[in-house]
Amino acid sequence: MRRSFQASPNAYYREMDGEMIMGELLHTVTTMPAERRSGCPFDPPAELLDAHRHGPISHYTFPGGEPGWLITGYDLVRSVLADSRFSSRREFMLHPTIDYGDMKAPPAPPGEFLLMDEPQHSRYRKPLMGKFTVRRMRLLTERIEQITADHLDAMEAAGPSADLVTAFAKPIPAIVICELLGVPYQDRESFQEQVDSFMNGETSDEDLIAAYTATQNYLAELVAAKRANPTDDVLSDLVDSDLTDEELRGMALLLLAAGLDTTANMLSLGTFALLRNPEQLAALRADPALADRAVEELLRYLSVAKTFMRTALEDVEVGGRTIEAGSRVILSYNTANRDPERFTDPHALDLHRQGGGHLAFGHGIHQCLGQQLARVEMKVAFPALFNRFPALRLAVPPEEVALRPETADIYGVKSLPVTWEA
Amino acid sequence: MRVTVDAGRCVGSGMCVFTAGEVFDQDEDDGRAIVLRPEPPAGTRDAVRRAADLCPAGAIALSAPGTPVP
Ligand code: HEM
Ligand code: SF4
Repeated sequence: MRRSFQASPNAYYREMDGEMIMGELLHTVTTMPAERRSGCPFDPPAELLDAHRHGPISHYTFPGGEPGWLITGYDLVRSVLADSRFSSRREFMLHPTIDYGDMKAPPAPPGEFLLMDEPQHSRYRKPLMGKFTVRRMRLLTERIEQITADHLDAMEAAGPSADLVTAFAKPIPAIVICELLGVPYQDRESFQEQVDSFMNGETSDEDLIAAYTATQNYLAELVAAKRANPTDDVLSDLVDSDLTDEELRGMALLLLAAGLDTTANMLSLGTFALLRNPEQLAALRADPALADRAVEELLRYLSVAKTFMRTALEDVEVGGRTIEAGSRVILSYNTANRDPERFTDPHALDLHRQGGGHLAFGHGIHQCLGQQLARVEMKVAFPALFNRFPALRLAVPPEEVALRPETADIYGVKSLPVTWEA
Repeated sequence: MRVTVDAGRCVGSGMCVFTAGEVFDQDEDDGRAIVLRPEPPAGTRDAVRRAADLCPAGAIALSAPGTPVP
């Protein structure tokens, strides 16, 4: 569902000779932009960059007229994320672009801890923490190399062209997470289809509910099966705790919802970005040791998990402004990751960039639980792809690559036609 | 420099291990950070400072050497 962008009323500032004169009042953004500037598929929408030029914090008007805040500055986003006076609870949230009237979002279902505060959040995150450590994820490297090689073989056999999304970016993270969760081999294909249709952001409402329900039912069965016959996987390890089946199902669903689409879009959009920056790609090819930094820079530059929301539980001072209890704050992770005060030449993709500290995985207690897995997947998959197909290039002009609308939770490409014909 | 981790705050992000693997590790079972070298050697201190800054939970504290661990 696309919603058109209304130009923000320039009531609060005057522009003189290109210099901004700020009044007492802040810049106001009246809706989240629906599109990016054409020709700039990797940059945050112009309206958000523009808001940031006026300052790190702006007023935001929700579609029902409710006032809120939009934060685009790196330091302020980080400080809100680290502050327990800001809540992640789903029941406090307000849709940034759709007016649902008096309809309130229900609290997050048991186990879906992304949208919970302490102490509920810890009840679910804690038992998972030991499953996603740096060491454990690095131990998966060989297996991920194998899965990647299998997909590259299949691409090569069917080539010399492919849709990188369906041939590579989606299936690799999907198989990895199925193996972690312990989804039996024979169920994988149908399971992946279900999950895909509720996450691609393009399914009709009816089909979406059907796919979501089917996934939930499948996960409920899976939890029951692991309880009856534990195997060597994350879900089986967790059945031996005080978590209920319903909670385990919610946790599994969150791992899928948070881990699949994000990694898949990093792989496909990342490939697109590297193909559009040939000198950067050449640097990566020339120096395999650059892979770690390259992955961090792609995470920063692309920030596919682009916006999240928090609600103030009490009055909080942020950047010299008082955010009143109950107000919602939209946090633009992707604009913060382009903050010139934090990153030199922020709009350049520079794989040699040092220092880290991007917000692509968030910050605070909700910082991505699967980040070390995502890192290993990317560190394996990008070099393997470019080594296998040294002549890889887009099979369509770059402006014809179909992009996801800004309304999708996770940014990326819908498909990425590539070819490696000499 | 002396490094301590408040295990109660740690959310198991692994950022510290990723940033300064010579100084931090994570517990195999609960995923919480462990300090391998409470008095980090000179060559690692920049990375340790970065890890303390990046820790999403503010769980890493740096102090002068010899400071008693709370
Ligand atoms: C490159 C890929 C990924 C990106 C960009 C990403 C991004 C994020 C971000 C930004 C958050 C924090 C949301 C907030 O601030 O409220 C988050 C949380 C989370 N992510 Fe990821 N993620 C990725 C991959 C994964 C993977 C592979 C998994 C699991 C297998 C995963 C599981 C989770 C979970 C469970 C949470 C919730 C943590 C909590 O609330 O404590 N993510 N992710
Ligand atoms: S960076 Fe902080 S939260 Fe993450 S593992 Fe280390 S101490 Fe724990």
